[in-house]
Amino acid sequence: MKTRIYVPRDAAARSVGADATAQAILAEGRRRGIDVEVIRNGSRGLLWLEPLVEVVTPAGRVAYGPVQPADVPGLFNQGFISGASHALAHGPTEEIPYLKSQERLTFARVGVTDPRSLEDYLGHGGYRGLKAALDMEPAAIVAAVTTSGLRGRGGAAFPAGIKWKTVLGVDSPQKYIVCNADEGDSGTFSDRMVMEGDPFLLIEGMTIAGIATGATSGYIYLRWEYPDAKAALNAAIATAYEKHYLGENILGTGKRFDLEVRSGAGAYICGEETSLLESLESKRGQVRFKPPLPAIQGLFGKPTVINNVITLASVPIILDKGAEYYQHFGMGRSRGTLPIQLAGNIKHGGLIEKAFGITLRELLYDYGGGSLTGRPIRAVQVGGPLGAYLPESQFDTCLDYEAFTAIKGMLGHGGIVVFDDTVDMAAQARYAMEFCAVESCGKCTPCRIGSTRGMEVIDRLIAGNNPAKQEKLLRDLCDTLTYGSLCALGGLTPYPVLSALNHFPEDFVTSVRARVPA
Amino acid sequence: MTNAKIVNTNALGQVVSRVQIDAVLGICGELKAIPAPLIPVLHAVQEKVGFVPREAVPLIARELNLSIAEVHGVVSFYHYFRQDPGGRHIVHLCRAEACQAVGAAEVEAHAKRTLGVDFHGTTRDGAIRLEPVYCLGNCALGPSIMIDHELHGRVSAQRFDELMQDTRTPAAGGKP
Ligand SMILES: Cc1cc2nc3c(=O)[nH]c(=O)nc-3n(C[C@H](O)[C@H](O)[C@H](O)COP(=O)(O)O)c2cc1C
Ligand code: SF4
Ligand code: FES
Repeated sequence: MKTRIYVPRDAAARSVGADATAQAILAEGRRRGIDVEVIRNGSRGLLWLEPLVEVVTPAGRVAYGPVQPADVPGLFNQGFISGASHALAHGPTEEIPYLKSQERLTFARVGVTDPRSLEDYLGHGGYRGLKAALDMEPAAIVAAVTTSGLRGRGGAAFPAGIKWKTVLGVDSPQKYIVCNADEGDSGTFSDRMVMEGDPFLLIEGMTIAGIATGATSGYIYLRWEYPDAKAALNAAIATAYEKHYLGENILGTGKRFDLEVRSGAGAYICGEETSLLESLESKRGQVRFKPPLPAIQGLFGKPTVINNVITLASVPIILDKGAEYYQHFGMGRSRGTLPIQLAGNIKHGGLIEKAFGITLRELLYDYGGGSLTGRPIRAVQVGGPLGAYLPESQFDTCLDYEAFTAIKGMLGHGGIVVFDDTVDMAAQARYAMEFCAVESCGKCTPCRIGSTRGMEVIDRLIAGNNPAKQEKLLRDLCDTLTYGSLCALGGLTPYPVLSALNHFPEDFVTSVRARVPA
Repeated sequence: MTNAKIVNTNALGQVVSRVQIDAVLGICGELKAIPAPLIPVLHAVQEKVGFVPREAVPLIARELNLSIAEVHGVVSFYHYFRQDPGGRHIVHLCRAEACQAVGAAEVEAHAKRTLGVDFHGTTRDGAIRLEPVYCLGNCALGPSIMIDHELHGRVSAQRFDELMQDTRTPAAGGKP
């Protein structure tokens, strides 16, 4: 009998040796005359356990990890192919508390299925959303997305249904669906995990968006840093064309949708939607003035829906299970679930999909298990490089868009970066200014020049060079950035800078800086 | 490329061969009919030639019906496009926050010291070029680096040395 063993193909798993582990399992199986089939799945998101190997047993899938090639002979010796216990064993995968306690709607299949297999996708509920949508009027599809309460997961949290409605309402022979797969925020990888682990899901979501708004052409703007996602998407797109889930006659309905992946070229600003459109048009990625909104005049001047990967990947389940089902999760005006990414100095980093409303503290300690180094957690940055640094006193904040706005922070794309007590918050503030300087598109003076001035002011501040004056200068500069920037890169850089200064003032004072370990 | 006729040496002393020029022309011919072809062309050129030679800019402009200024503007805007050769392997080292939180700065200092280069520099043997990158999407398993298109996580100073050794060793799949 053939033993089926899952070893992730996910880039994070591969970054810590999953390919070698897969090879070692095949070789050991051959050596022992055991018929082993290795399936390369997505990652379950328990990243500290990668490479996480799962063995299919009559009682379900059993997890072992992290498994390095050197562990493989021992695992065979102990009988892991029948799910036996071992120092690296974690029991049935679905029973691991980290996973079991999640609400996996968007990530339902990630890590479960073979991302290259359309049959596997269909066998696990795939394309049911599209089939439902094909029986609906476009306006009814848009209404379902609106009722679900789905807000954009790329950062700005704008209601997806309203954007779609605008595009549906514009009369134009050519409209576009653009997927923002630039995922530039440090601490985020949920887009990558979906694209690598369940690429058909994104294709399905984009196809539904096309049918809902009358757009027949789609682009996925993918950052160059994700070569594995590119391969996974291109393989899935080719299969989808072959089986008529894409192309000129989708499932025999006469409806058309074409889809293509385009690569970015290393520019954080190209995650901003109008800059992204410029880049898709093969221009410099400079931010456009709004209006006109992309929904009215977007790609090549045509009405365009632009949504984040997770936004689009959340659409199929809404059409499949109904808007009420999705909107029943969550709190306040944040409906549904958020794929949260726990990153940085954390013991159990990974992907946690939960309904909105969970607190930071639960995430950091119940899921995360505290810092990786075992030292106290001193600060977390939520929402990417433009998000605020939060001190312990704010760890009871709920993951909810409005709750974060209330503490002058933002949830953004749901990334949480953890720092222990060795962090130097003045250095983090300086880095935020440096990042703004490196990534500025150059259109506005405060962002282009002010960010470099900001670094200099912080340098003088921490050198103790007339600190009261420097602090005032820094705050004034932040005001100028806030009010004089066309987009959020310049406009939100004050968030990390001022939150560091306000919550951790001691790190900016020369005489106190001795506490910060070098 | 070894016996290709050298047709030009540019201001930086780069040698641009007939083969490279033919490659650029071939790529333009293949892609010029797609919508907004310039960035796809630049990617293909860099993939094939290893960088975007300065000589290629006017050629690409001519083939795609753009001005030289437009093409130059795009090449220079994006961090990923390189205009000078150097480095049989490109090492992108993540500088972003989640990697900082687990010691990326130490790995960066170690890399610069042991390779004897700063960012954008190439080792004297021409094997490795060091570039900064802002997040590789591997933020729970940092510090992260990418060697050519291969991602590596949990890269300590010691692991960095091993990886550089492998990269330089043909037996391990590297080009010396
Ligand atoms: C500087 C900057 C960078 C951004 N980067 C991203 C990104 O990497 N991915 C993303 O989906 N949205 C990003 N956004 C948000 C987009 O502008 C836009 O709101 C989003 O693509 C809309 O999709 P959504 O409504 O589905 O979130 C960024 C915004 C700014 C200002
Ligand atoms: S704030 Fe910065 S990145 Fe945004 S448009 Fe202005 S210059 Fe460009
Ligand atoms: S911050 Fe380094 S990989 Fe994301």
